[in-house]
Parts: sequence; structure tokens; C-alpha cells
Amino acid sequence: MAELWQLSISEALDKLARREISAADLTRAHLDRIEAVEGRVRSFVTVTDQDAMREAEQIDRMRGEGEALGPLAGIPLALKDVLCTKGVRTTCSSRMLEHFVPPYDATVVSRLRQAGAIAVGKTNMDEFAMGSSTENSAFFPTRNPWDLDRVPGGSSGGSAAAVAVGEAMGSLGSDTGGSVRQPGALTNTVALKPTYGRVSRFGLIAFASSLDQIGPFARSARDAAHLMNVIAGYDRLDSTSVNRPTPDYLAALTGDVKGLRIGVPKEYFVEGVEPGVKQVVDEAIKTFEGLGAEIGEVSLPHTRYGVAAYYIIAPAECSANLARYDGVKYGFSARDGVQDLVQTTATTRAKGFGPEVKRRIMLGTYALSAGYYDAYYLKAEKVRTLIKRDFDKAFEQFDVLIGPTSPTVAFKLNEKLSDPYAMYLNDVFTIPVNLAGNCAISIPGGFSDGLPVGLQLIGPSFGEETLLRASDAFEHATDFHTRWPALPQQKRPPRARK
Amino acid sequence: MSIDRKTVDHVALLARLALTDVERARTQEQLSAILEHISVIAEADTSQVPATAHILPLENVMTADKSRPSCTPEELLANAPAREGEYFRVRAVLEE
Repeated sequence: MAELWQLSISEALDKLARREISAADLTRAHLDRIEAVEGRVRSFVTVTDQDAMREAEQIDRMRGEGEALGPLAGIPLALKDVLCTKGVRTTCSSRMLEHFVPPYDATVVSRLRQAGAIAVGKTNMDEFAMGSSTENSAFFPTRNPWDLDRVPGGSSGGSAAAVAVGEAMGSLGSDTGGSVRQPGALTNTVALKPTYGRVSRFGLIAFASSLDQIGPFARSARDAAHLMNVIAGYDRLDSTSVNRPTPDYLAALTGDVKGLRIGVPKEYFVEGVEPGVKQVVDEAIKTFEGLGAEIGEVSLPHTRYGVAAYYIIAPAECSANLARYDGVKYGFSARDGVQDLVQTTATTRAKGFGPEVKRRIMLGTYALSAGYYDAYYLKAEKVRTLIKRDFDKAFEQFDVLIGPTSPTVAFKLNEKLSDPYAMYLNDVFTIPVNLAGNCAISIPGGFSDGLPVGLQLIGPSFGEETLLRASDAFEHATDFHTRWPALPQQKRPPRARK
Repeated sequence: MSIDRKTVDHVALLARLALTDVERARTQEQLSAILEHISVIAEADTSQVPATAHILPLENVMTADKSRPSCTPEELLANAPAREGEYFRVRAVLEE
């Protein structure tokens, strides 16, 4: 019999409804799991164990009294520490916000609460969501449960690891250039980047506003659909939220991909893709063919400019968004040994931000500064148009595109830290989707030398139902998503509980 | 593409980052290397291409001019590094 922390969200909801288990049992099982593995994995910046148990007992009480319950009542979830949670500190894994306690909930957080979900904690991330390994956290790196010497990917590495190792049944991350899909790929989890505007960004601490989108991690497409059903939808508090009806994503899971037209972008199978990754993707394409999908080649000719355009646009937007951290209203503030307001601001920012955040603020400020705007920022926005047109054209012929999520499997800690651009190249296949604004999902595609390989399915704008349907069908034909990491025994003593 | 120390100093001032000398040297080296890679976009033919700042056909979003519940001053001041009454306290902006 599986442990409670190994249940899927669907199974747990059934058992809760039949009163075979209580929400308190389920939450306790996950908190115990956190206690058991956190010393090795370190997914969480903050564990909200007391709040979680109180909320779980409340759900059980309501169920006992026959009250109406939300669609995720009693399901323990984890939240990336970039999402504001009222009364619970929200750090962005930065010294700048180490003691910041938001006065309100992000819209996705209030929707989850409304649905009865239980937050077990706030997960570690690359500082301000900038990075691909979670090593840029100002506090500590998170480790990949599949190999503790390797990174879980990033920036949502804590949210990915927590789901991969059973510390939460699902989680939320944010994806600006691949920050949900790439850690999903590296940890054998299902990770969806919804269409820009599909999920409200209100209360998501901003990095690059035209690219940021919140998305779920889960251990199956069905569980991801459960989460999407709650978090997707219009929100008047986000002026870029799109006002169109939200479908029932669970109803989309027909298990049938007969006649689905799947395009294989030739630019996603270039030098730099590891042979083990390519092999898994090739196998997956055959699996889809066997399920009755129609496979064809397609070209996204401007893919090679994606990383460059992104590393102008995202830093430019970040340099503007992070101007708010001035040490006045909230967050870290350098007050000693500074004379005036300008010096206070500059010292606060120099001490409060880590190296990658400062690098991106500098890069973005440079790209926007007088004399360089046309050559960099404006040029990058024109390239963005070309990349969007590539996708528009591809989706005239195909329903879904398929390729690797990341060119490599999980890499070792410190392996890419000294070369910023080598780190940026992890996102070569995920970045174009953020630039074009459509949706994509990473699903467990197989393994290379025991390490997970993520399969990326890319859909047109508002094509989430198709992505989830194709992912679910693939899961029926394979068992990769059901495998658990064999977490090695303790390497070091556990950290003292706070 | 490489950038000189003067440019680094200027950008650091614009960005309000009091970088140390070591950080300035490292920034100069790393930004030069990153810009070298990024310069590939100059090769893309964008002569007839409009810029995309945002992928949605955005229009101004208007809301009714009606009051609704919001945070209290006390809630908003709770995170203030320094305060005086209902105000945020800062260093002098002008010479005294």
C-alpha cells in the first residue's frame, strides 16, 4: 500500500470524499515527509506546519458537519516564495525581502484557499526568479531528489523538488523564461506554463511583467488539470488578465490523441542537445505515433535569436520592476553610515541583492540607456515579433509541437555558476514560448542514465486543454511519471528546526 | 562588444547600485561577455518588422470610480524599515 504522501490528487480527493482518510491525516503525512527528507533536499524556505494542520482540521470539521467544500479541500500544496501570502513571510529567496510579510494574498493563493487547498509552505527559488538552478537563492541551494549532487533546475527549483519527493501533492511556480518547465524536466514532474493572461499575476512579485506567468507542478497531467481548474481565470486586479471563459481542464482528458497533428521543430534537435535527451524525445515521438498522432517536421527559424532577445527584454523589464526596492516602504534598508536618500537607496540595493540580480539590473539598465536603446531593446522587441510569427505559422499546420524541455539532464551544483551565459543557455527551448506568449508543458519523458528527461509539448495561445490531453494520453502509454526518486540516506546532519 | 569602466560606473549610478570596485571589475568583464553573445540578434533581418512590447492586444483597463476595501495604513506600515506616525521615515532628501 502506497504511503499517503504518494497518492495523486485525484486519489486523495476520492479517499477524502469517502472519509477513508481525513485532511488532517493527509496533511500530517506530508509534514512528516518534509521532516524526513528536508535535511537532504531543502525545498522550503518556510514550512507553515501549524497553519496547515489548523486548516486541515477545519476542513475535516466542515466535512463532518456536511458543509459545502471546495474542489481541492484538504489537498496539501506548496507555493513558490514569489507569491504573496498574507501574514506569511514572502522572501523571493532574497536578503531584500527576508523579513517581508505581505498584507494580502496573491489571487492564485486566495483561489487555492477558497478551493480548500492547504499550503504546507513557501518554496526556495533563484533570487527574484532569476536563474536556472536555484543556486541563486540567497539562503541555500535546493538539491535534486534524483541525485543530491545535482541541481533541481530553476528558478522554481523548490516547488519542483517538493512535488518530486512527495513533500506536497502539487505546487505553484512562476515561468518567465522556463522557470516552471525546466525544473519540471529535471525532477520528473509535470510542469505547465499557461498562456500569458490565463492565470492572474496579482500578488506575484514581478520580475519581467510581459513574460511572467504562474503555473502548476504536479505528478500527472490529471493533477495539473485539477490545479488549473482552480487558478485559471479572469481577475480584475491584473490588467493583463484575459477575460474569457475558463474551460474544465479535467473534461479535456479524453485519453485520445488520434489524428492530433504534432510538429517536430528541427531547430530543437541541434548540437548541444545531449544524446540521452534526444533519444528519449525520439522514443516519445514514436509513442505518440503509436497512439495515432500524425507527426511532421516543422521549422521555427528564429529560435537561435531567442536567448539573446530574452536576455535583453527580461533584464530591461527587471531593471524597471526592481527599482521599487529602495529601502523606504518595505524590505531591507541600509541606514548605517549613509548620508542621504540616494546613498541609502544605492547601498540598500547593493547589499540587499545578490550577484545575478545585480547583473541583470545592470544589463537591463544598460540596454535601456541613451544610445543603446535601438540596438538592443528595440531590436529585441522586433525579434520577438519574428519568434511569435514562427509559432503562428507552425500552428497553422500543427496542434502541438514536441521537443526537449532542456538540452541536458540535471547538472552538478557549481557546474555552471561561474559562466552566466552557459547558465542562460539552459532555457534555449523554453524562452521562445515566453516571448510569444503561448503555452507549453514539460512532462516526464523518460530517463537518461537514471536522470529524468523532460518532454516539452508546446501549444498555441489558450491551447492548455490540448496539452493536458496529449500529456494524459502519453501517461497512459508510459510509466515514467509514476517513478519515485530513491533518495539516498542522510549525507549531513539535518538542520535545526526553527 | 565590450564596455569600459566609465560605462559601468554610469550604469551603476542610473541603476542605484553602490557596487564595490571588485564588483565593478567583474561586471565589466561579465557584461562584455554577455553582450558579445547577445550581439547575434544584429544578424536578424528586422527591416520590415514592427516591435512587440506585449503579446496581448492591450487596451486601457477602466474600472468604476468606487471605493472598495483595501489595506489599512497600519497594515501597510507594518513592513516599514522606519516610520514616524503614519509616515515612512527616510533620510533627508534636500540639504538641511
